[in-house]
Amino acid sequence: MNLLELLGYFNYWVFAIVLTVGLYTVIAKINLVKKLIGLSIFQSAVFLMYITMDKVEGGTAPIIQKGMENQVFSNPLPQVLILTAIVVGVSTLALGLAIVVRIFEAYGTIEEDEILDAD
Amino acid sequence: MIIIFALFLLSLLVITALAIVQTKNLFVAVMLTSIFSLLMAANFFILDAADVALTEAAVGAGITTVIFLSALALTTEREKAVQSAQRLTLVVVAVLATLIIYATFDKPRLGDPEAPVHQHLAPWYLEKTPEYMDFPNVVTAVLGSFRGYDTLGEVFVVFAACIGVLFILGVKPPGDRHYDPHASGLRHHLIPQVVGRLLIPFIVLFGLYVQFHGEYGPGGGFQAGALIASGVILYALLEGETAALRAVPRYVLMGLVIGGASLYGAVGLVCILLGGNFLEYSVLSSNPVSGQQLGILLIEAGVGMAVCGALLSIFHAFAARPMRV
Repeated sequence: MNLLELLGYFNYWVFAIVLTVGLYTVIAKINLVKKLIGLSIFQSAVFLMYITMDKVEGGTAPIIQKGMENQVFSNPLPQVLILTAIVVGVSTLALGLAIVVRIFEAYGTIEEDEILDAD
Repeated sequence: MIIIFALFLLSLLVITALAIVQTKNLFVAVMLTSIFSLLMAANFFILDAADVALTEAAVGAGITTVIFLSALALTTEREKAVQSAQRLTLVVVAVLATLIIYATFDKPRLGDPEAPVHQHLAPWYLEKTPEYMDFPNVVTAVLGSFRGYDTLGEVFVVFAACIGVLFILGVKPPGDRHYDPHASGLRHHLIPQVVGRLLIPFIVLFGLYVQFHGEYGPGGGFQAGALIASGVILYALLEGETAALRAVPRYVLMGLVIGGASLYGAVGLVCILLGGNFLEYSVLSSNPVSGQQLGILLIEAGVGMAVCGALLSIFHAFAARPMRV
C-alpha cells in the first residue's frame, strides 16, 4: 500500500480518535458541563464519518449546473442526514444544559461526586 | 495540494479535541469547542458538503457556543481536578480506538466511486431532481421532498426540545437572587456597539438570502433559521435582554415555533386533501414540477421559522435567569 492510499483512511482514523476522545470525556470527567462537551465532540465525530463517506473522487457539491456535461457529484444523502442532525444536536444539547442549570440551582455544584454526597 | 490542507485541518481537529479534554477551565473548553466546530465546518467543505459546512458554521460555532456560555454564566467556570476511574477508562477507550482503526481498513478508501454507499439511492436522486423539481440543489430536494418525512420528524424534535427547555427553566429560580435586566448587555462598550450594530442587518439579510436561495445554492431553512437567530442574539448581547425581547417579543417566538412546525404539517395535509399522499407536493399545482417547487418553498419556510423561533426561545430561557454572584 503506498502513502496516498493510506491517506485515504486518514479521515476514518481522525474519526476514531475524536470519537474516543469524546467517549473518554463522557466517562472519566465528573463535571456535568464537561460531559456535555464530550457528548458533542462524540457527535461531531459521527458527523465526520458520514460526511467522509459522501465524497466521490473528482466530485463536487451536489448542485447541478445547467450546461455542464459529465459532472461528478458527491453523494447528497449523507449530507441531508447530517444537516438535520446538527440542528437537532444543538436543541438536545440545550435541553441537557437546562437540566444542568437546574441541578446547579438545587445543589450549588455541577460535580457529580458532590451531588451524590449531597443526596 | 488540497489533501495537505485537509491533513492539516484534521490534525488540528484532533489537537483541539485533546485540548478541550485537558483544560480545567470550562470557559476555555467552550471557546475551544467553537474552534473545533469551525475546523469541522472547513473539513465538511473540503469533503464537498457545502450545505453541511454552512450549518455547522452557523449552529456549531455560533449558536452552540452562545448557549454553552449562557449556561456557564448561570453555573460555574472551574472544573474540579478529580476524575473517576481514569486508568480503566483510558484502557477501554484505547482498545476501542484500536478496534475502530483496525476496522477502517475494510472500508472503501476516501473518494472511491465504487463504494457501496454510492450505488443505490444517490444516483437516482441526482438523476431525478432536475426532472421532478427542476432546481439545482439536490440536497434541498432530498431534504424537502424525497425524505420529507425525516425532516418533518427533525422539526418536531427541535420543537419538543424547545418546549422541554422552556418547561425546565420556566420555574422561578430559588433564593433571593433577582434578575436585573438592565445590567446585561454591552451598552457601555463603544467598539462592540459600533461594529455589532453594523453587522446585524447584514447577518439577517444573509439569513433571508440563504432561506430563499436554498433551492439554487447551499442553504435552506435550517441554516437560515440559525443565521437569523444569531443576528437577534447579537442584538441581545449588545443591547441587553430587555431590548431584544422588545424587538422580538416572546409571543412572536412561540408563534414562530408553533407556526413553523404546523405549516410543515399543514402542507402535508393539504397534499392529502388534494388527492395525493402525505407530503406529495406534486398535487399542489396543476404542473407537478411547480407543485414540488411550491411545496419545498413552503416547508423550507416552516423549517426556518421553527428553527429560528426555537433557538431564540432557548437562548432567552437561559439569558433571562439571574447570573451567579
